[in-house]
Amino acid sequence: MTGHARLETAPVLVEAKGVHKRYGGNLVVRGIDMTVRTGEVMCLLGPSGSGKSTFLRCINHLEKIDAGTISVAGELVGYRRQGDRLHELRDAEIAERRSEIGMVFQQFNLFPHMTVLENLVEAPVQVRRESAKSARERAREMLDVVGLAEKAGAYPRSLSGGQQQRVAIARALTMRPKLMLFDEPTSALDPELVGEVLDVMRGLADDGMTMIVVTHEIGFAREVADTVTFMDGGVVVESGPPDQVLRDPRHERTRSFLAKVL
Amino acid sequence: MSGTTGSDGDAVRVVPVRRYGQRLATTVVLVVVALIVISLVTNPRYQWSLVFSYVFNAQILEGLATTLYLTVIAMVVGVVIGVVMALARESSNPVVSVAASGYIAFFRGTPLLVQLIFWFNLAALYPVMSLGIPFGPTLFSESTNVLITPFLAAVLGLGLNEGAYMSEIVRAGLQSVDSGQTDAAHALGMRKSQTFRRIVLPQAMRVIIPPTGNETISMLKTTSLVSVIAIPELLWQAQAIYSRTYQVIPLLITVSLWYLLVTTVLSIGQYYLERHFTRGDTGRPERSLLGTVARGIVPRHSSVTVSSPSAVTPGERSRS
Repeated sequence: MTGHARLETAPVLVEAKGVHKRYGGNLVVRGIDMTVRTGEVMCLLGPSGSGKSTFLRCINHLEKIDAGTISVAGELVGYRRQGDRLHELRDAEIAERRSEIGMVFQQFNLFPHMTVLENLVEAPVQVRRESAKSARERAREMLDVVGLAEKAGAYPRSLSGGQQQRVAIARALTMRPKLMLFDEPTSALDPELVGEVLDVMRGLADDGMTMIVVTHEIGFAREVADTVTFMDGGVVVESGPPDQVLRDPRHERTRSFLAKVL
Repeated sequence: MSGTTGSDGDAVRVVPVRRYGQRLATTVVLVVVALIVISLVTNPRYQWSLVFSYVFNAQILEGLATTLYLTVIAMVVGVVIGVVMALARESSNPVVSVAASGYIAFFRGTPLLVQLIFWFNLAALYPVMSLGIPFGPTLFSESTNVLITPFLAAVLGLGLNEGAYMSEIVRAGLQSVDSGQTDAAHALGMRKSQTFRRIVLPQAMRVIIPPTGNETISMLKTTSLVSVIAIPELLWQAQAIYSRTYQVIPLLITVSLWYLLVTTVLSIGQYYLERHFTRGDTGRPERSLLGTVARGIVPRHSSVTVSSPSAVTPGERSRS
């Protein structure tokens, strides 16, 4: 609980206000308010279809929001505010802001036509215009962090799912993100490979990375998260320290969800 | 079961099934091949010495150069139009996407020969072409017969037609790339243009290259159609010679030998190109060079659905 007390004084990194997202006629996200502070690890739990992955994708503007605002480090991600209007940013400006937010996907989404090292070097060189040499050095450091230094020359298809996901994490880290988004990072993995990915994520959390993790790994949420947020039907049902939300949920919907997954 | 292991004296002999159908087929094929070879050698009307004497004939070589030149230009025009039309069809702007669909429907739905003759006779429809501001002043004007030379008519006919086929091939290629790739590139801060150029297109190429190779090989042969609008390409030159000498068959054989040689060379090039664009795959059986060459010679299939699976082995498709 000391960690939680420390967080209360940390600066706000992500702030969502009244976020709505519609797919066709369906409101998938219906009014989410959320605050994530620098260094905080937040786990988003909830049944499938509850809008948690969609909300996560709204944070780096992979999905456009229909109402509300999301700001990261004080800047609106996809928009510029002028008076009471939000103007969508141009492609280059959106890309610039997105480069500070790392994202890890359920399906890894490594670039299959590039080696592991090329995957890691691509964005620093193309987006940040870093020299190939310094990008390669940093890429090797990051591969060391996830324990895959010897796989630098391999193509993604020759790696196991767990190794691919660790490479994907390293790839996001080469951009020195302020925030890491994880969209069900272990859901596509064989059970015996889940642990190695969670270990890497735990290490990141220990190093003070701000993380928002959509996950079904309740154990991970209990151990690593500072805040657990439970979503259902496109809204936040409840949010708080893991001890409280997971052991003593206030809402019936949270209770029945936890009863099913635990 | 020790009796069945070979080294024992009392080993049981294995008798394979006798496949009489296969034996029959083998016999028939061998007989037919033998008959063809005997006929090729003994029928004096083939006039082989004449065939070979024309292979390096100046007029024939000139025609070959025109054929190659026309193939390259028509394919370049076709690929450029194909990429543009593929992107236009995927456009979120309905006016643009419907226009692209209309283009493709028109050029795929009418015979190429008709299109070629149409372009050749464009002057009958528009005697004068002018450049100006719509509903405003004219800046430049010229007779259509001067502007649309037979060669330009040929390039227009072949290129515009090819563009319609290429757009379907390019579109199939772009659609074969998982949307997660775009997500990942965008999430890393790459712009749309960077994502297309560095991430999507290289992966789409493995689906685009094999049918494009087929299209190129097919285009080489299709250029012979422009002989009807008096372009002096390979077939036209042969016709020009045999209309004088009446050596029709030997000259058609000479021409066929050249077409066969060039398609073989193109097939070999296609093999190496495909190998380059499938890097990153593991467990993919390498297709033999011989198989690729043979595939280039058999008749073309222009539709994407027929030719694109060759780029992706079944194992890979199940993964995507």
